[in-house]
Amino acid sequence: MIRDLAETFGGFVRTFGASQLFFARLLAESPRVLLRPSLVSKQVYNAGALSLVLIMVCGFFVGAVIGLQSYSNLARFGAEDQVGPFSALALMKELGPVITALLFAGRAGTALASEIGLMRVTDQLSAMEMMAIDPVVRVAVPRFLGGAFSLPLLVAIFTSVGILGAYVVGVPLMGLDSGAFWSEMKQGVAQADVWEGIIKSIVFGIATSLIAVWEGYNCQPTAEGVGRATTRTVVISAVVVLIFDFMITAIAIT
Amino acid sequence: MLSDNVVEIEDLYYSRGPREIFSGLNLAIRRGEVTAIMGPSGTGKTTLLRLITGQLVPDRGRIRVDGEWLDQLRRAGLYSLRRRIGMLFQNGALLTDFNVFENVAFPLREHFDLPDRLIRHIVLTKLHAVGLRGAAYMDPGELSGGMARRVALARAMATDPKILIYDEPFVGLDPISMGVIVRLVRRMNDALGISSIVVSHDVQELSSVADSSYLISEGKVAASGSPDELHNAQSELVRQFMHGMADGPVPFHFPAEDYTAQLFDDGRVPKDRTDDS
Repeated sequence: MIRDLAETFGGFVRTFGASQLFFARLLAESPRVLLRPSLVSKQVYNAGALSLVLIMVCGFFVGAVIGLQSYSNLARFGAEDQVGPFSALALMKELGPVITALLFAGRAGTALASEIGLMRVTDQLSAMEMMAIDPVVRVAVPRFLGGAFSLPLLVAIFTSVGILGAYVVGVPLMGLDSGAFWSEMKQGVAQADVWEGIIKSIVFGIATSLIAVWEGYNCQPTAEGVGRATTRTVVISAVVVLIFDFMITAIAIT
Repeated sequence: MLSDNVVEIEDLYYSRGPREIFSGLNLAIRRGEVTAIMGPSGTGKTTLLRLITGQLVPDRGRIRVDGEWLDQLRRAGLYSLRRRIGMLFQNGALLTDFNVFENVAFPLREHFDLPDRLIRHIVLTKLHAVGLRGAAYMDPGELSGGMARRVALARAMATDPKILIYDEPFVGLDPISMGVIVRLVRRMNDALGISSIVVSHDVQELSSVADSSYLISEGKVAASGSPDELHNAQSELVRQFMHGMADGPVPFHFPAEDYTAQLFDDGRVPKDRTDDS
């Protein structure tokens, strides 16, 4: 039993170490890949543009429900004019980065992991190696960079659409004053709050893309292996995003 | 001065987990010839190819390819060696997000800075050589197994390698496609003056195409010589393999515990098979 635990822990440490070495290689090869922007822009399209509709629909409804909840609760204290800043802060600092990262892991992360995994299964990665083309450079790095660039942009869109959702609920539906909604928001949101959201989105983008690329690149070359890689991408991304979210928030507050 | 052998393997040992795949394998592949590497399924023929191309590292022993010892090469050296080797994977391993044309153009675009007109010229020439110029703008998914392998052959030849390696090129092909591939192997070898290594267990096809052959079994070379010599060899194992007999030195039954004992035991699964869900 203790031996099993030790083995599991040892396996975790090995995998973690190997993934960090892989991360270091991705970073080391990134400048070379950035010199061929077409490789990256294709992946920004795959990971980012193709997730847009999902992100915008979800952003709108998350913003709307925040507007609704905050209105009904703040109204009890006569503070309904705080709906604007409340929704903006909630979206910018927490819901925007976190929910977008979770959706991104489910939509783009799984696509990345299964795509790379299937390339492994069908020997496409070995074939590249045999053609003296490094698959890390040609396949892994562009997808990693594409994902890492896309997520902050998606977070910005999610948050903006979310604020629009909160506005639609607060102003036309609940009868708040439009001018007060915006001016209170401007008053209540500091630059540091915006930065917190931006930093979170950058960190989450790197983490989720790294996890997806790593899982796909190192999956077992079987049908089951690809399935497991996609599942693990979502599960590990979710856990890692929530842990980082807590850590960054804690650092920002202290 | 390069030696007559394009690949030399000395005293090769390799094991995967507890299973020893090669134990003291020696072989030499001559320049300019088509060499067949045969062996029963599971003898590690594909593993041998991966060792020759440096995708795997041997536990012991040395491998020399085109005059260079693999263990002395660093990553860049290995990659520059691989540019002289073309490899045909069992299923073709075409890149699924490109069409046929782009697949063949892929190594050219990655390695050389060539004008589009020239790339087009080279790609169409290579596709013409395998008879698939008409399929240039099809997607890999639309190709039959034999066509995919021919495209992969065109891609392997795109950068004019000195060595072509075929991993099970005849598996799962209809007789016509098989005939086409057999002819291509021979023709490419002679027309381009390269060396070819064909890994397979299709004895008939290999006999018609190979200059010399190795039969690998239990981690060693069991027999070598021209296909005719192997056909007439006296060794039990070689005879079993070349004539396709079901039982012999390679037994029909996978090793198992005593039949009677197993029929009457309590139906438990062997210990090393239970923890693996």
